[in-house]
Amino acid sequence: MIDMAQPLLEVKDLVKYFPVYSRGILMKKVVGQVHAVDHINFAINECETVGLVGESGCGKTTTGKLILYLERPTSGEVLFQGRDAIKTFSKGSGEEKMRLRRAMQMVFQNPYSSLDPRMTVFDIISEPFKIHKHVSSNEWKERVYKLLELVGLEPYHAERYPHEFSGGQRQRICIARALAVNPTFIIADEPVSSLDVSIRAQILNLIMDLQNKLGMSYLYISHDLSSVRQISQRVMVMYLGEIVESATTEKLFDRPVHPYTRALMSAVPIPDPKRKMNIILLPGEVPSPVNPPSGCRFHPRCQYATSKCSQEKPVLAQVDVDHYVSCHYYHKFI
Amino acid sequence: MNILDVQNLKTHFFTEAGVVKALEDISFTVEKGCTVGLVGESGSGKSVTAQSVLRIVPKPGKIIGGKILFDGEDLLAKKEDDMRKFRGKKISLIFQDPTSSLNPLFAIGDQLADIVIQHDRVKKDQALEQVIKTLKVARLPDPEQSLGQYPHQFSGGMKQRICIARALLLNPQLLFADEPTTNLDVTIQAQIITLLKDLQRDLGMTLVMITHDMGIVAEMCKCVVVLYAGHVMESGDIETIFEKPHPYTEALLKAVPRLDQTRKLTSIPGNIPNLIDPPSGCVFHPRCQYAINICMEKVPPLEDVGGSHFITCHRWRELQGGR
Repeated sequence: MIDMAQPLLEVKDLVKYFPVYSRGILMKKVVGQVHAVDHINFAINECETVGLVGESGCGKTTTGKLILYLERPTSGEVLFQGRDAIKTFSKGSGEEKMRLRRAMQMVFQNPYSSLDPRMTVFDIISEPFKIHKHVSSNEWKERVYKLLELVGLEPYHAERYPHEFSGGQRQRICIARALAVNPTFIIADEPVSSLDVSIRAQILNLIMDLQNKLGMSYLYISHDLSSVRQISQRVMVMYLGEIVESATTEKLFDRPVHPYTRALMSAVPIPDPKRKMNIILLPGEVPSPVNPPSGCRFHPRCQYATSKCSQEKPVLAQVDVDHYVSCHYYHKFI
Repeated sequence: MNILDVQNLKTHFFTEAGVVKALEDISFTVEKGCTVGLVGESGSGKSVTAQSVLRIVPKPGKIIGGKILFDGEDLLAKKEDDMRKFRGKKISLIFQDPTSSLNPLFAIGDQLADIVIQHDRVKKDQALEQVIKTLKVARLPDPEQSLGQYPHQFSGGMKQRICIARALLLNPQLLFADEPTTNLDVTIQAQIITLLKDLQRDLGMTLVMITHDMGIVAEMCKCVVVLYAGHVMESGDIETIFEKPHPYTEALLKAVPRLDQTRKLTSIPGNIPNLIDPPSGCVFHPRCQYAINICMEKVPPLEDVGGSHFITCHRWRELQGGR
């Protein structure tokens, strides 16, 4: 067997529980745990875009933050280029931490709140140079102009403040800031969901073009299945802190297997009056992650659930090459 | 028959920075018993259109011209007191954000019963009966139980059901739904879309669906009005508009990712215009791939293309023929 190339990022058994405290000032007690991310595993290869899709509260943003150590994981491993990233972030030397931060960057959801209104675009994009000291100060100007050009802005924009830009342009500034440290991996957390419909395509195209030019990998976090399909090579579907299905984009969208994935896809309206929806209505709402349902977490809303589903937790089983599903009865849906 | 006929509606906002021309010459009709989509991006004027029809445009906004005919009566000629008899009773509105449109200090039963008491002058227990009946129509589980509960005790989807019930309380003939699913998850959005479709069918109501999502329009609506920067770009029945779209609609359809296919997205260049200083001529010309000189100089009129398709474009003849 040929030695498989090592993935850029590997997430193993990653867990994050947030404690829930009782009311009161004195005698605060932990009365429960929010199971935000519960034993998830995945890998991202070089030059690959992986989509992470799910409804609000399913733990997709927490997953992104855990990878970057913006939240401390309860347990589990994050390996970046084969090395333990959690260990580097928690115990590594300053220089090691900085090096890893340069490799992994994030673009946030809301370009209105993630840019400092009192800094000019030049200050915003050159701040990483100041912190990481990887660019000598006489090259700053040239680098900032280059980054602006890369994201489709003009050099004269550098002297302006964030409020002078539209949402789409702000998101371009956020992307330029993330690129300032030459990262090999970028987490994009709903980068287009706060933008207008006619602007979204600009940013999605930019993200894809940058990958072709610079060859970085993305974890694209979104609740919007259509944009995930557009941008990702592989997609993972999350429900209540767990990955329920993961496959190449083509397989997932052509032959979704998990009942949740199928319901999710049936719920997206298609802009074509000739293609009417065939909605699989899910009863009720996503249960609380404080006391998630036993067995398969989707069983209270699943029309195919049996007593086995409420008792036994299904494992992520391989149903095809590059296609994994966590459902006891997946063979029924293939 | 048309239940609503909006003619040359003009609503401006007189702000300190200048006059924001939110609606500039809006004309469209809504057929009785029909679901009509009012589509546009933020700033296109779709919410202000609904507010203008109900005459609840917030300050410093003002309706400065046009006619709004509801069942033949001009709403803009009504006195404020008469107008109150239309709001909620004949024309109703579901707001975009259910969290901010419900009063957090009052129990659901009380705030909904208040509306019935105000309009119909009935006793409270009679009003509450009507509330329970309507909450059932909006498929809120346990309506009797929820009367004593407060908005924060409900999830987003449930709050939206309560808001839908509130809009339906007085059996309006015309219902505006202003992006009713924008803040909801997809599976909950599917529940609300299904509910609105069923309600429209069962109650024979006229529904105007305000949205930016062409998918929702294609799914729910019979007719569409496409707005851009305070102007109607086109209006017509849904099949025609998807087959022979205005350049703006065409560009929008090519720019949205679709669940059922992967294709190269053609983005629309530039940004949404500033409504204090809108572009000359056709408002869409700076971003239009077909724009020629006349588009910069002259405002195109809303022309009847035939087949109840109206379009605002200087070049519709050659473009519709050539496409």
